[in-house]
Amino acid sequence: MIAAVVVFAYLATVLAIGVIARGRSRPGADAEDYFLAGRSLGPAVFLLSLFGANMTAFSILGASGHAFANGIVTYGLMASSSALIIPLCLFTIGTRLWALGVRHGFMTPVQMFRDRWECGHIGTVIFVVQAALLVPYIVIAVMGGGTTLAAVSNGRVPFWIGGGIVSLVVMGYVFFGGMRGTAWVNTFQTVLFLSFGAIAVAVVASGMGGFRAAMDSMLASPATAPLLTRERVSPLYFFSYTFIPLSSIAFPHIGIFCLTARRLDHFRKTIVLYPICMIAIWLPSVFLGVVANRAVDVPAIASKIEARATLATHAAALTPEARDQLRARASGDDVVLKLVEGYAPAWLAALLGAAVMAAVMASDSQILALSTMFTEDVFTFYRGTARFGQPVQVFTGRVFIVLLTIVAYLVALDAPQSIFDLATQYAFAGYSALAPLLVAALFWRRSTKWGALAVTLWTAAAVTAIAVLQAVVPAPPAGASVAIVSLAGVDVVTRVAAGTLVVGLLPVVPMTLASAILMVVVSRLTPRSLPRAATLARYDF
Amino acid sequence: MFAALIVALVYALHQDVWFWREARPLVLGFLPIGLFYHAAYTVGVSLLLSWLVRRHWPRHLDAFSRE
Repeated sequence: MIAAVVVFAYLATVLAIGVIARGRSRPGADAEDYFLAGRSLGPAVFLLSLFGANMTAFSILGASGHAFANGIVTYGLMASSSALIIPLCLFTIGTRLWALGVRHGFMTPVQMFRDRWECGHIGTVIFVVQAALLVPYIVIAVMGGGTTLAAVSNGRVPFWIGGGIVSLVVMGYVFFGGMRGTAWVNTFQTVLFLSFGAIAVAVVASGMGGFRAAMDSMLASPATAPLLTRERVSPLYFFSYTFIPLSSIAFPHIGIFCLTARRLDHFRKTIVLYPICMIAIWLPSVFLGVVANRAVDVPAIASKIEARATLATHAAALTPEARDQLRARASGDDVVLKLVEGYAPAWLAALLGAAVMAAVMASDSQILALSTMFTEDVFTFYRGTARFGQPVQVFTGRVFIVLLTIVAYLVALDAPQSIFDLATQYAFAGYSALAPLLVAALFWRRSTKWGALAVTLWTAAAVTAIAVLQAVVPAPPAGASVAIVSLAGVDVVTRVAAGTLVVGLLPVVPMTLASAILMVVVSRLTPRSLPRAATLARYDF
Repeated sequence: MFAALIVALVYALHQDVWFWREARPLVLGFLPIGLFYHAAYTVGVSLLLSWLVRRHWPRHLDAFSRE
């Protein structure tokens, strides 16, 4: 009960922030003020809101759940690689996006692509693919919200109501506050979940009687000792994950966030402190997910461990339905919440639940980005703003936010995969494969619009192929693999429990490399489509 | 060029095959060595970025944006 009250108070607070932000808009505010906060964010808000925009349900719930099942490897897979790649992308690409945005008034990446490659409808194709890839990311947040509210209310708020409440609150403050409201809420949320880790670790350590005994006990058991190493993961698979963070700068909401800084210098602190923020969030999340394997005195966690053991020993004898049920029971997406509930007093568990809520509600910037893209890349591009004016443009953006939220919610109700799988296989891999678009636009004068189109269509085809493959070929039991394509005795494409592998690598690697090759080859084949010299001169940094 | 080499080296250090199958020593008594390595790596990355920002900051973009 206390937990539910605290979480609902939290939801009311963020909604209020959105409404207050609306009051801080400039009188007669234009589209730039609503969608980009008038390019006026200061250094602290820029750092915390940009970081918060990158953290989703994935970072606390997904990371802990993955660590619960796979061990310490989770941190190396996503956190330490992101700590390097994402700030480097901000350093090399983000700063240039900012400069171009200030100089030419761009509000979305597609506007820049259209200008850079002198194209119109190809820009629309890029918009469609970007939008289609962003929706799963928003779905993750709805799922995370439903899972969290169900967990903190001990099931009294069912998943479908929890997801609906979270969707409504996010929609509310994005609708009212635009980018300013979103950035303020993100800042508030980031501060909350940055403090979550240390408190949660201290509480759980105290409840478990210290971590030394838990570690010794895990090392002594053949079932849990591998979780403290990376022996269950191949080096190739581990290497694949360094391609995933390339997706960050290609996500439109991160690209658009780069345009909101008041000054170029605001990037400095963001770049340097980004890895520190990563460690503050991910290290506790991963560590707690791992030690949850010794929290057998917490009934909800004991039930998960039992389901996982049954899956490991009897999976072959089970029907696919029974396997799916056991997988759902063994899922670790709510393991941190269960851990904190098991060891913290009710009021503290409630506060920590609110902090987790903060993390899972990070879909705001994606929703706003899609709205910005729709109004700028479609509505304005096809003369809507010229005919109806900027107030109608902003109104259209708000209607779009409502419709998008409803669609994401309905998809979330029927999405069976775990948060982590959905994020990795669809949105992240797709955006990593789109990253060569940005690199070519900013750094390669000989790139052409046909190269850009080839990259975009390839990304759409590859993501669709993976989705179809995984729908047609059911996931085998953990540890097993099904060969889909073999050449000369080598398994090229295989289906495994966690998804699909290409020569042992995640699909993101061949997808991204093929994108880069396509950009080069197709641009070289279409030299007549090079933009005019005057256009290229605008991109000489 | 030197900065690019350093960045490439740090990227390569992410693939720490030397701690692949080892949990011990437990740093501070509870942190498996593989996890500690990557936590330390993250702090090291922040130091690298701090150096990059001081030595190779694209100041010209400020003037570019005002043109």
